[in-house]
Amino acid sequence: MPLFDQLYNFARWLTKDTAEAEDLVQETYTKALRGFSSFQAGTNFRAWIYRILRNSFLSSRTGLRATVALDEDEARLLPAESTTPESILIEQASRETVQQALADLPVRFREILLLCEVEEMSYQEIAETLAIPLGTVMSRLFRARKALRDLLRQNSEGGQHGV
Amino acid sequence: MACEQWRGKLDSYVDGELAPAEATALATHLRGCVECAADALGRVQMKRSVQMAGKRYAANAELRSRITKSITAKPRRGSSWYWKILAFPALSVLILSVAVDLYVGRETARRQRVYSELADLHVAALASSAPVDVVSTDRHTVKPWFQGKIPFTFNLPELQGSEFTLLGGRVTYLAQTPGAHLIYQLRKHEISVFIFQDRGQETASLGWGPLHALSFNVENWKQNGLRYFVVGDVGAEDIEALSKLLRDAG
Repeated sequence: MPLFDQLYNFARWLTKDTAEAEDLVQETYTKALRGFSSFQAGTNFRAWIYRILRNSFLSSRTGLRATVALDEDEARLLPAESTTPESILIEQASRETVQQALADLPVRFREILLLCEVEEMSYQEIAETLAIPLGTVMSRLFRARKALRDLLRQNSEGGQHGV
Repeated sequence: MACEQWRGKLDSYVDGELAPAEATALATHLRGCVECAADALGRVQMKRSVQMAGKRYAANAELRSRITKSITAKPRRGSSWYWKILAFPALSVLILSVAVDLYVGRETARRQRVYSELADLHVAALASSAPVDVVSTDRHTVKPWFQGKIPFTFNLPELQGSEFTLLGGRVTYLAQTPGAHLIYQLRKHEISVFIFQDRGQETASLGWGPLHALSFNVENWKQNGLRYFVVGDVGAEDIEALSKLLRDAG
């Protein structure tokens, strides 16, 4: 099965639940198989199957819940001012800290970061997967990174206060 | 280009999305600008840590095998579904048409066999020196004559007012089944009427209706468990007229 591990990882990040992730992956392959005729040769297979998974997720109950608060989240995290990335902060952040921060991100930021960093998709592939224009990919990615940094900083400061 | 302007492109740069010329220009800038270089390094580190953190969940083998099973079963189910939708009617039509062809072929052959046998009986009787064993124009004489000779009884029509004349009758056999062979006359033409019980394999459920066989016109029908055949070299309308008389009487 192509992309099985990657799709499961992505599904698990989206749903934050093992059983839901498993169902989502199964649903994705079933839909992909059924709709394979709609896959046009020459287009990006990876973007296509991720898109199926993501659309299935968004139409699920968890997906709907996750996207309701989105506008608010995006508004809260805007405007994105240029901040100096804290190299040291990132360096010190443990894997678990980053995972927690990723999990805490709104789903739209989480998914775009995963597609870009974990799946190493090009902006074009991300645009196809999320069905958004290229410019939106760039601006959303920018906001997602800033949001992650903010979360890491908060957690780091919180941790320091705790100590 | 000022550092602020370059920084707006750093994300695209570390993501490998800058146009080659621009990427080269930015790389040149980074070699000479510590602040921007540190910024770029931070972004690369961020990418790496998200990449590492993001590769977090591994599916268990059970899920893989379950999905593999379900999607390898699916196409078969899918194709069988299509098979039903598309191929089944096509197949049915094929089977039906073959069955119909066979049936029609067999039926036609059977009818031909029966009719040619009846035609033979008709011709043989007429060629015989004694075409009929009971010579009578009276149906009330002919009908009782068959009693005890054939295992059934039948009614014969009143011919008064018609052009037909009863010449007589004889016992005959068709496919080892005894029956009545009556000979009628119409304007010097002899017409044979055969009556059998409709249970012989040869005659049972034989297609009915007029047929032109071996230059004879033949009419056959089933009535009250009896199979009637009217065979003659007269026109089809005369055969039909006699048939009607017999049907009305039977």
